[in-house]
Amino acid sequence: MKRLLFASLLFLAILLLWQSVVSIGVWSPVLLPSPESVLRYLYTSITDGTLLEASLVTMRRLLLGYCIGLVLGLPLGLLTARFEICEDTIGVIALGLQTLPSVCWIPLALLWFGQTENAMLFVVIMGSVWSMAIATDNGVRHVPPIYLRAARTMGSRGLHTWFAVVLPASLPFLVTGMKQSWAFAWRSLMAAEIYVTVLTGFGLGQLLHFGRELNSMEQVIGVMIVIVLIGLSTDKILFSPWEQFLHHRWGTAKTG
Amino acid sequence: MMNFWAEHFRRSHPEDPSLSLQETSERCRSDDTVHAKLVVENVSKVFVTKRGNTEALVGISLVVQPAEFVCLVGRSGSGKSTLLNLIAGLEKPGQGRVLADGKPVTGPGADRMMMFQEPALFPWLDVIGNVLFGLKLKSGLTRTERREVAEFYLRSVGLEKFVHSNIHELSGGMKQRVALARALAPNPKVLLMDEPFAALDALTREQFYDDIQRIWREYKKTIVLVTHNVREAACLGERVLVFSKHPGRIAHEFIVGLQRPRDINSVAVANYATVITRALKGALDPELRGKPLGADEVAALTA
Ligand SMILES: Nc1ncnc2c1ncn2[C@@H]1O[C@H](COP(=O)(O)OP(=O)(O)OP(=O)(O)O)[C@@H](O)[C@H]1O
Ligand SMILES: [Mg+2]
Repeated sequence: MKRLLFASLLFLAILLLWQSVVSIGVWSPVLLPSPESVLRYLYTSITDGTLLEASLVTMRRLLLGYCIGLVLGLPLGLLTARFEICEDTIGVIALGLQTLPSVCWIPLALLWFGQTENAMLFVVIMGSVWSMAIATDNGVRHVPPIYLRAARTMGSRGLHTWFAVVLPASLPFLVTGMKQSWAFAWRSLMAAEIYVTVLTGFGLGQLLHFGRELNSMEQVIGVMIVIVLIGLSTDKILFSPWEQFLHHRWGTAKTG
Repeated sequence: MMNFWAEHFRRSHPEDPSLSLQETSERCRSDDTVHAKLVVENVSKVFVTKRGNTEALVGISLVVQPAEFVCLVGRSGSGKSTLLNLIAGLEKPGQGRVLADGKPVTGPGADRMMMFQEPALFPWLDVIGNVLFGLKLKSGLTRTERREVAEFYLRSVGLEKFVHSNIHELSGGMKQRVALARALAPNPKVLLMDEPFAALDALTREQFYDDIQRIWREYKKTIVLVTHNVREAACLGERVLVFSKHPGRIAHEFIVGLQRPRDINSVAVANYATVITRALKGALDPELRGKPLGADEVAALTA
C-alpha cells in the first residue's frame, strides 16, 4: 500500500512537471504536446479502434514469432550443450548472431520475403531464437552433476534424464532466457514495423511511424506509452507465473 | 507396518531368488566370488587434476556376499566415497574390475541404489516428488501404489507432515532423511550408503539403526555403508573394513559376530568400537593387517 502510494506520487510528479514545462512554453507544442492532448489522442484512437487494431496486429506477430523462436531456440541450445560438434558450429553462429542487432535482419528479410507478414515474422524469430538457444545451453551446462548422478543411479537414462532432470534443473536459466528473448523479439518487431510498411496490417510501430510523418507528436508519445504498457503487462502475465514457481520451489529471491 | 513391507516387497520383486534361499545362521563369508553380490578385484583409481594426481585407491579387493552388511570406516579422503562410486558404476576403475552379480559393472543400475554424502535432492520437485522419482522408473507399480510406497517411506523417516514441502524449506537432517527415503523406496537389492546418518539427531539415528537392521534382515539387502562413526559401524556391519589413508587401502578387517538386533549402546559394540578406533589410528600391530579379526581377537585386544 505504501509502495503503491509512493509510486502514484512519483507518476503524478512527472505529469505535473511535464504540464508545467508545457505551460511555460519553452518548446513549441509541436515538439512537446501537453499531457492533455496525448490523452485526447489516446481516447479518440481507442474509441475509433485504430489503437486496438494496431495492438492486435503487433501482438499477433510478436507472439507467433516469439513462440517459434522459443520452439527453435530450446532444442538448438540442448544440441549445442550436448554435442561438441554442434557447440563448434551452431553455438558459434548463435553467439555471433545474438550480437547482431536485429534491425540488421530487416534488409535481408525484405529481399527474401518482400513487404509481407513473413518478413516481420522472420525478423522477430531472428531476434529471439539466438538468445533462447544461448540461455538453454548455459542452463544445461550449469546443472549440478550430482543431480545427474543421482538420477542415473535411480535408473534414469537418455531422453528421460533430459526431460526429467536436465530441463527442470535448468529452469532458472530457461526463464531468464525466455525473458531476454521476449525483450529482443519486442525490440526487433518495433524496428521492423517502423521501417517496413506491410499492407496486410498496421502495427503499433507503423502508427508511430505515421505519427512522425504527420508531425503528430501526441500520436508518437501516445503510442510510445501504449508500447511501454504492453511490454510491462506481458512481462508480468507471461513470466510472473514462472518466476513465482521458481521462488516457491527453489527459494530464489522474489521478483515481479 | 510389517505387513506393508512384506506386501510392497513381494510386489516389487515378483520372483526374487533370495526369498526362497534358506536362511543360514552361518553366513557365507568365504571369498566365493562366483555367488558374490559384489566383487571388487584389485581396483585402483587415480584422479588426474591440474594440481597433480591423487591416488584415491590402490589395489583394493573386496567381496560382498548376497545379503551381507559391510561397513567402511576411514579417515577423510581415504577413498571411501570413491569406492562406493565405483561399485555404483558412476566412476570407472583405472585398474582392476568391479562385478555385480558376476557381471562387470558398466554403469549405474537401479539394482544398486546410491545414497550420496550430500542429499542431492531435486529442487524442482517437492518432497514426495523426489521420493517418487525412482519409483516412477520402476515398472509394475500403479500410480496409487507408488504414492502409498512413497508415503510409507516418508512416514518411516518421520516426514509425514512434510510430504508436500519444498526442498529448500527443510533442514539439513530432514533433507538427508528424504534422500534416505528416496534410496529405499524403489527397494533396490544393493544399497550403497555414504554417511547416511551423519546429519540426523541422536534419537532419530538410533531409530534408524533399528530400522536399517530390520530392513536388511527381512529383505536380505546387500548393504555397503560408509561412516565416520565407529560405533555405528560395529553396530550395523557384519564386517567392518578400515581404510588407511593415502593411498586408500583396506588396512584391517573386522568380523562382527554379535547377535541381532544390536544395540548401539551395548558393551559388546563398544568393545568392537574401541578396537576399530585403534585400527583407524594405525595403532594396531601391523601383523594383524589383512587378517579378519573376530570376537576372540577383539576380546584379547580389549583385555
Ligand atoms: N572427482 C575428483 N577429482 C579429483 N580428486 C578426487 C575426486 N574425487 C575424490 N578425489 C580425491 O580422492 C581422494 C579420496 O576421496 P573420497 O571422496 O573417496 O574420500 P572419502 O574417504 O569419501 O572422504 P570423506 O570421509 O571426507 O568423505 C581424496 O584425496 C580426494 O581429493
Ligand atoms: Mg566421502
